[in-house]
Amino acid sequence: MSYLSILNLAAPETIMVMTALAVLAADLLFMRELERGTRQLIGAMIGCAGCLAAVAWMLVLPLPEPGSLMQGLFLVDPLIRIVKVALLALTIFTVLISMEADFTQHIGEYFALILFAAIGMMFLVSTEDILMIFISLELTSLSLYILTAFNKRNIKSAEAALKYFLFGGMAAAFTLFGLSLLYGISGSTNLAEIAKAVSGKSVNGLDPLLIAAIVLTVIGFGFKVAAVPFHLWAPDAYEGAPIPSAAFIASGSKVASFFVFAKVMMIGFKGAEGSGSLQAWMPGWVPTLAVVAAASMVLGNLAAIAQSSVRRLLAYSAIAHAGYVLLAVMAVPSPLAPHTSPLGPLVYYVITYGLTTLGAFAVVSNVQQRTGGDRLSDFAGLARRAPLLSFCMLIFMLSLAGIPPLAGFFGKFYVFTAALSSGGKSLGLLWLVILAVAMSAVSLYYYLLVLKQIYIMPSTDQDTPRPLSIGSQAIVFALAALVLILGCAPGLILEPVMSAIKVAGL
Amino acid sequence: MLAWTIYISFIGVLAVMLLPRGNPRPARIVALLTAIAGFGCAVGGFVQAQPGEKQTIVQVPWIPSLGIEYHLSADGISLVLVLLTGLAAIAGILFSWNIENRAKEFFAFYLALIGGVYGVFLSADLFLLFVFYELAIIPKYFLIAIWGSTRKEYGAMKLALYSFVGSAMVLIVLITAYVNAGMKTFDLNILAGASLPHQIWAFPVIFIGFAILAGLWPFHTWAPTGHVAAPTAASMLLAGVVMKLGAYGCLRVAMTLYRQGLVESWGFSVLGVGSWRELFSLLAVIGIVYGAMVALVQQDFKFVIGYSSVSHMGFVLLGLMTLNSLGLSGAVLQMFSHGIIAGLLFAIVGRMVYDRAHTRDLAQLQPMNLSRVLPFAAVTFIIASAASMGLPGFSGFVSELQVLIGAWKAFPTLSVVAGVGILVGVAYTLRALQKAFFSDQEPAPAGVVGNSGHVGELEPISVPERLGSILLIGASVVIGVYPDILLKFIVPACSAVLTGCSPTAGIPQ
Repeated sequence: MSYLSILNLAAPETIMVMTALAVLAADLLFMRELERGTRQLIGAMIGCAGCLAAVAWMLVLPLPEPGSLMQGLFLVDPLIRIVKVALLALTIFTVLISMEADFTQHIGEYFALILFAAIGMMFLVSTEDILMIFISLELTSLSLYILTAFNKRNIKSAEAALKYFLFGGMAAAFTLFGLSLLYGISGSTNLAEIAKAVSGKSVNGLDPLLIAAIVLTVIGFGFKVAAVPFHLWAPDAYEGAPIPSAAFIASGSKVASFFVFAKVMMIGFKGAEGSGSLQAWMPGWVPTLAVVAAASMVLGNLAAIAQSSVRRLLAYSAIAHAGYVLLAVMAVPSPLAPHTSPLGPLVYYVITYGLTTLGAFAVVSNVQQRTGGDRLSDFAGLARRAPLLSFCMLIFMLSLAGIPPLAGFFGKFYVFTAALSSGGKSLGLLWLVILAVAMSAVSLYYYLLVLKQIYIMPSTDQDTPRPLSIGSQAIVFALAALVLILGCAPGLILEPVMSAIKVAGL
Repeated sequence: MLAWTIYISFIGVLAVMLLPRGNPRPARIVALLTAIAGFGCAVGGFVQAQPGEKQTIVQVPWIPSLGIEYHLSADGISLVLVLLTGLAAIAGILFSWNIENRAKEFFAFYLALIGGVYGVFLSADLFLLFVFYELAIIPKYFLIAIWGSTRKEYGAMKLALYSFVGSAMVLIVLITAYVNAGMKTFDLNILAGASLPHQIWAFPVIFIGFAILAGLWPFHTWAPTGHVAAPTAASMLLAGVVMKLGAYGCLRVAMTLYRQGLVESWGFSVLGVGSWRELFSLLAVIGIVYGAMVALVQQDFKFVIGYSSVSHMGFVLLGLMTLNSLGLSGAVLQMFSHGIIAGLLFAIVGRMVYDRAHTRDLAQLQPMNLSRVLPFAAVTFIIASAASMGLPGFSGFVSELQVLIGAWKAFPTLSVVAGVGILVGVAYTLRALQKAFFSDQEPAPAGVVGNSGHVGELEPISVPERLGSILLIGASVVIGVYPDILLKFIVPACSAVLTGCSPTAGIPQ
């Protein structure tokens, strides 16, 4: 395979790398003297242009032969393309949200790091090789650690970054250990090859080595997706990090991590599923994830009730949502419905969740700029001051709670259906689905608490409100519109994803 | 035609939201026009419909890969309830003509609720039905929490969480039914027919999930607090329409999907109760008597009406459990009748009395001699309470009689107890009537009345209120005198539900 065809396959990533370097160079070389606002505008424009170019490359040009380089080291198929387009869209929105941020003078570096993180995520979703997974995971994580610490004037930012980094480093060590065990079992770094060795190992009960590998891998990815009990960094990072960084951690990073998590489990540990049914509990990765998912849903939802900071509330809600998405990861296709791949619900859920949470962070960012805080009481009377922003927040919160016809509802419905169908007629995961539905009833309470502040409480600040910039309102509105449209017409994502899954043969 | 009831309501939401802020008048007018247009569509659809026919209104694929369709259809039951929704919507707006505070948002939430309710009554696809059903939860919360009175945030949150828990139970069962049927369709008739053990556990879950909203005892406690906290129009809608959503769900979804689970005996009996049917009919009768008894001792005028709603909805649930044509059609007629009468009662208490006297405490209302100060309110309340007690000539008489006869055939003992509930109903209505309007005390000096100001200065009953009262009384009388208008639609539809297979005819538009 020639270098040119490699370049052709990896063109979007290449475009993104060049964009990141261009942003950095433009800012460092030519714009030192300009005002910050101008530098931010130009940096964001270059970043968006690069992302759009990469999206256009993927959407407009026909797919090069669905190819894989070096036995799954780098894959291109329609499903991966869809996920990459979604990642780039989330990146664009993150860049646009950062345009108004005023916490740093290092504009070029900031945008470049966002783009580097995005590149890491793009590589992460397009590989089926554990070595490559680890490298891209590290590229993403390291960029995100720095992004978290970027507000040097705020001690909370530093604290959050340190926590995130220490936990992250530890989790990376666990992941690496787990992956090395896998390599030891199979002698290969390719997921499909590993699966062959794994299913050979699990004929007479599970091999202890394999159990260790499963647990260690789950720990590593559990950290990335903030599932209980590996969630401790999330509330601090969400609260302390600069808002665009937190938003990106909550959206883009989640999309990529969940996608690759599901792939590792589904492909790499094929044959070691076990069973999470209460009647027929069998060790394997499904019951492991079932426990993690149940704990995440319960703890995330209950802890969110007690929060007074909206960003911490969003963090605990993210933990709860991680629990719901894990249900999709567990939804191994059953003989009853072989055409349903769990990746369909998973991709729909994480994409719409990413958009929703990004929107919620954008609203929080607007409120924080005016009132200087993100306490619940800072939202009091927002409906009076900013009706459009409040209405968008209404949509985001209700979507997170799972109220139709918003995207969050259909996502939950689809994930629960997939999880339930995985056990065939026996409905093995019914207990987990009941728990999830019950917990999402709990979640309505705290989402309504936010909305209660916005719509019902009288406004506390007496100053004349600073007018909102049209740009930031437009971003929030666009995100809210997307959440509504994707909820009313889930087919927009679902149909391409379904046909892509068929092509990919997953 | 009928589908436009939904679309018009949501167009109305948009129109109201786009109005300029400040002046409440345009919002009211737009909302009223929307409600009238929706009612017009409902009447139009009603006139065109043939009794006994189940017409398909729209049927297009919505999410093809999951077999979910955008499928609206209407049979006799849907038609009657759509008509009720239209009436209640108009009346509610007429009785909230005095909303000044944030009127735009009020009417936007109000119309969104109406749109969701229309949607539930017309949905044939279960997924679609569920979407509309949940859509109706959120507007209720805001209507109560922003514009309500006594303990409004508590009442609103309680109502929202009860509704959401109920719909969570419904969702679980719907998903299991869908998965069991191979994830191909949400068509009601195809999903029905699960295995017996499945039916035995799934029926109560989905039935209670819906019946929470219908005020089934002991899950009714959201109803009195919610009604009391709600602003007038919202309590009219809650009692008038939203509680019917629950009963409709029980009939259309739970009882159709899991008929066997309903009637099949458990194989053992506890205190003479040996199947879900017997249990739920017992709970319904307890609700009838309990609601009436509690209403008898309330001091807050609105709580009296709130508990009376629980009692009257007990008749609906009892009628459903009879599983004979008479009882079932009585239940549907009772939904209509109670929707009208409860709406009227809440309008009198909330709008005519409370907004003027600023108290609902019966002891404080006593010295005010409202019958002299607000004669129109007094007359309306006499008529409304006559209707509520089930006097002949009003719709309540026909429907409760039908339910009782139906129940007599199915459960003779229980129907006697339910009859006692009617007697207590007479007692609490007369008590409230006497205390609120016709106490013989001399007009008290202003000081005794407390913060309510001088009684002589109450503003007179306005034109919109008179119109709304006349509309609702008229509807109740027309149905009471000539119930066949509705019954000729209800009875064949109920028989179709009973036989399990619906006569499908009609051409998609």
